[in-house]
Amino acid sequence: MIGIEHYLVVSSILFVMGVLGIFLNRKNVIIILMAIELILLAVNINLVAFSVFLGDLTGQIFAMFVLTVAAGEAAIGLAILVIYFRGRGTIAVDDVNRMKG
Amino acid sequence: MIQLVSFYIFASIVIASAAMVIFARNPVHSVLWLIVAFFNAAGLMVLIGAEFIAMLLVIVYVGAVAVLFLFVVMMLDIDFAELRAGFVKNVPLGLLLAIVLVAELVLGIGAYQAGAVKLGTPEVGVATVSATVPNIEAIGALLYSKYVFLFETAGLILLVAMVGAIVLTHRRSHGTRGQNISSQVQRRPQDATRNVNQPVGQGIEL
Repeated sequence: MIGIEHYLVVSSILFVMGVLGIFLNRKNVIIILMAIELILLAVNINLVAFSVFLGDLTGQIFAMFVLTVAAGEAAIGLAILVIYFRGRGTIAVDDVNRMKG
Repeated sequence: MIQLVSFYIFASIVIASAAMVIFARNPVHSVLWLIVAFFNAAGLMVLIGAEFIAMLLVIVYVGAVAVLFLFVVMMLDIDFAELRAGFVKNVPLGLLLAIVLVAELVLGIGAYQAGAVKLGTPEVGVATVSATVPNIEAIGALLYSKYVFLFETAGLILLVAMVGAIVLTHRRSHGTRGQNISSQVQRRPQDATRNVNQPVGQGIEL
C-alpha cells in the first residue's frame, strides 16, 4: 500500500539530487538552475502529498505559488545568464567576483 | 495493485531522470531529462488525485520553463567541455553532502514510522477536501475566495519577473530610428512646417 512515506522518500531523494547537482556542477549555471528547479519540484511533491494526506487543499494552493515563483526565478536567472554571457563570453560562474568590493 | 505498479514506475523514472539531469554531459540532454522528470512528477501527483497541480506542472514547466532553458542553452555558444573541468574535483564533497542529507531524511522518516509526533489537533474545516467536488473546482473555489490576495500577489510577482527579464536583456539598437511617442504627443501646430503655395510678388509671412 502506498502511504505518505513513499512520497516523502521520493521527494527527499529528488531534493538531494538537486543539492548534489549544485555541488557537482559548480561552474555551469544552467545546470545549477535546473538543479534548483528539481529542488522546487521536490518541495511541490511534498506539499501535494501532505495536502492529500491531511485532506486539506491549502497545500495544493501553495504548490501553485511555489510553481509561480519557480517560473519567475527561472526567467530572471536565464536573463542574468544571457547578459553575463554577452559581457564575458563564458558562463563559468566560479570566477564571478567582478563586483567584489 | 495498479496503483502500486504505477507509483513505482513514476517514482523510479523521476529519480533516474533527475540523476541524468545532473550527470548528463550535454546540457541539451539535461533539459530533455528535466522534461521527463517533470512529466513523471505530474504522474505522481495525478496518482493521489491532485490533477490540477499535475496539469499545471506539465503546462508551466514542460511548456514554458523547460523550453526557455532549451532556448538559452541552444542560443548561447558555450564550450561545455571546459565547464566540466571541476566536476571530478567536487565529487567527494558533493557525495558526502548527499549521503549526510539522505541519512538525515531516512532518520526522520524512520522516526515518523515508529510513531508520529502529535502536534496538537488540526482545526477542522480550513480547506477540507470534499469527496463530491472535483479537485479543480475545489481549488478554484478556494483560490478565488480565501487566497485571492495571494493569487494577485503571484500575478504581481510574475509581472515583476517579466519586466525584470525584459529590462535585463533589452538592448537599444543604434542605427535604427524608433518612434518617440512623447515628442509626437507634445508636437504643436505652431512648431510644424507648413507647405504653402506662395504667390509671386506678395512677400512671405514669417
